[in-house]
Amino acid sequence: MTDLPVLRQVRPLAALRAPLAWPVLPLATALVLVASLAWAQMGAQAEARPETTSALAAMLRWAPLIFGGFLFNVLVSVLSMTLGTALGFPLGLLLIAHARPARALGQGLTQFFRNAPWLVLLFFVMFLLPFELHIGGLTIPLPSWAKSVLGLALPVAANVAELVRGALQSIPEPQWSAARGLAFGKLQTIRLVILPQAIRRMLPPWMNLYAILTMATTLISIVGIQDGLTITRAAIASDARPELMLPLYLFLLLLFFAYCYPIARATLVLERRFQVRG
Amino acid sequence: MAHELGPPVVVLRAVEKRFGTLTVLSDISFTVRRGETVCIIGPSGSGKSTLLRCINALVPVSAGSITVAGREVNDPRLDQRALRRDVGIVFQQYNLFPHRTALDNIMMAPVHVLRQDRAQVAARAHELLAKVRLTDKADAYPSELSGGQQQRVAIARALAMNPKVMLFDEVTAALDPETKKEVLVTVQELAAEGMTCILVTHEMGFARRVADHIYFTDGGVIVEDGPPAQLLEAPREARTRDFLDKVL
Repeated sequence: MTDLPVLRQVRPLAALRAPLAWPVLPLATALVLVASLAWAQMGAQAEARPETTSALAAMLRWAPLIFGGFLFNVLVSVLSMTLGTALGFPLGLLLIAHARPARALGQGLTQFFRNAPWLVLLFFVMFLLPFELHIGGLTIPLPSWAKSVLGLALPVAANVAELVRGALQSIPEPQWSAARGLAFGKLQTIRLVILPQAIRRMLPPWMNLYAILTMATTLISIVGIQDGLTITRAAIASDARPELMLPLYLFLLLLFFAYCYPIARATLVLERRFQVRG
Repeated sequence: MAHELGPPVVVLRAVEKRFGTLTVLSDISFTVRRGETVCIIGPSGSGKSTLLRCINALVPVSAGSITVAGREVNDPRLDQRALRRDVGIVFQQYNLFPHRTALDNIMMAPVHVLRQDRAQVAARAHELLAKVRLTDKADAYPSELSGGQQQRVAIARALAMNPKVMLFDEVTAALDPETKKEVLVTVQELAAEGMTCILVTHEMGFARRVADHIYFTDGGVIVEDGPPAQLLEAPREARTRDFLDKVL
């Protein structure tokens, strides 16, 4: 019964947002991109440099490379998120552990990695880890992209841990009592009763975290990894055409936007659905 | 209820429960025999729910002894899960698992705790649903069921473990009068079949019909106990009379 007011409140808002927001924002950005290209073209012609190719041609030449770089950002984001989630889940369980030392350990790790700047953590991992690991007779190479994945996964893990803790604790206590009353053990209770309910609540903030991580992957260009941003900067520098700066950066922005915006939208939709269901 | 009573199943001796400096239960002693139905009545806040939760170790006792089917509950080496396999509990707020269907709610514990065969458990779960008159609700989620229906699923869920004793913690307190009745009928049938039941209840008429013995608690102690007719109609203690005057 309590569902109804929530539904009524939400629906008109959704109706307002949904049809408008999706096409308008990217269209506007694309329009600015085209305008900036035209502007770059005019700038070039005004300076009378006939030997240079048109801004559009330069753009078309660089776009596939930048896109490739962007795909690398996506790959790094997926790997970091996977690793961060895999590390963050047990860390989140530590945060609600009964034993005080386990909880203290979890809290220490979580607080440290949550409250450190991502870029500093990235530097830390990049320059502290060797380029290869020797375990027994085994040599495992650690390329810098792998180190960057780990560097980004650390703050992600800490944030996932907090998410897991919050979601687990948001499940009302009687669910625990009911499970204990049926002779479930603690891990069984978490796996069969608490987690399946908590995951629905975890999903929207987890996706939100992923979108933030994806945008943060451009940090790896600072520690010398060839990503979308590195290639964009190289493109601008190699042609010595500063007027291309605006369209090229806009192109990269648009790629990230096109990737992250649907995630943000889906997050909103999920949040609303779970809110209604309680 | 006219049936043979067996050996003691639940025995409480001088049970005491303190939360910090607050004493919630003191010197609680009683015995429940196999097949017996015992009701605990008394004003709110007199420790009745805590008493029930002590019996399946959801709440640890501070002193005294509770034995369930010969197993001492107030023992640091207690196998809590073994104890809880023998003791079914039904709560005031049903506490079904909202992400599972009615059938799944009933099947989960036998499948995952007792590791019984899934097909056999499913057959038994359907039988239990029929018993609580919810045959057609097997695939319904708790949110699609009324309070009374949810409570009957909760009873079936507890029964699926084949417990030696069932605890009912004010199972109709959250229900409206119509749905109350369907739950009470279910409990009454269980009691008539010889299930050992301990009920905390505010339904005096129901207690009178179903109970073999009633305990009146107030302020964490048993003030008076006796068979329903005697306790409800000719209470010896002034406190019992006061309480009954208010609720009847």
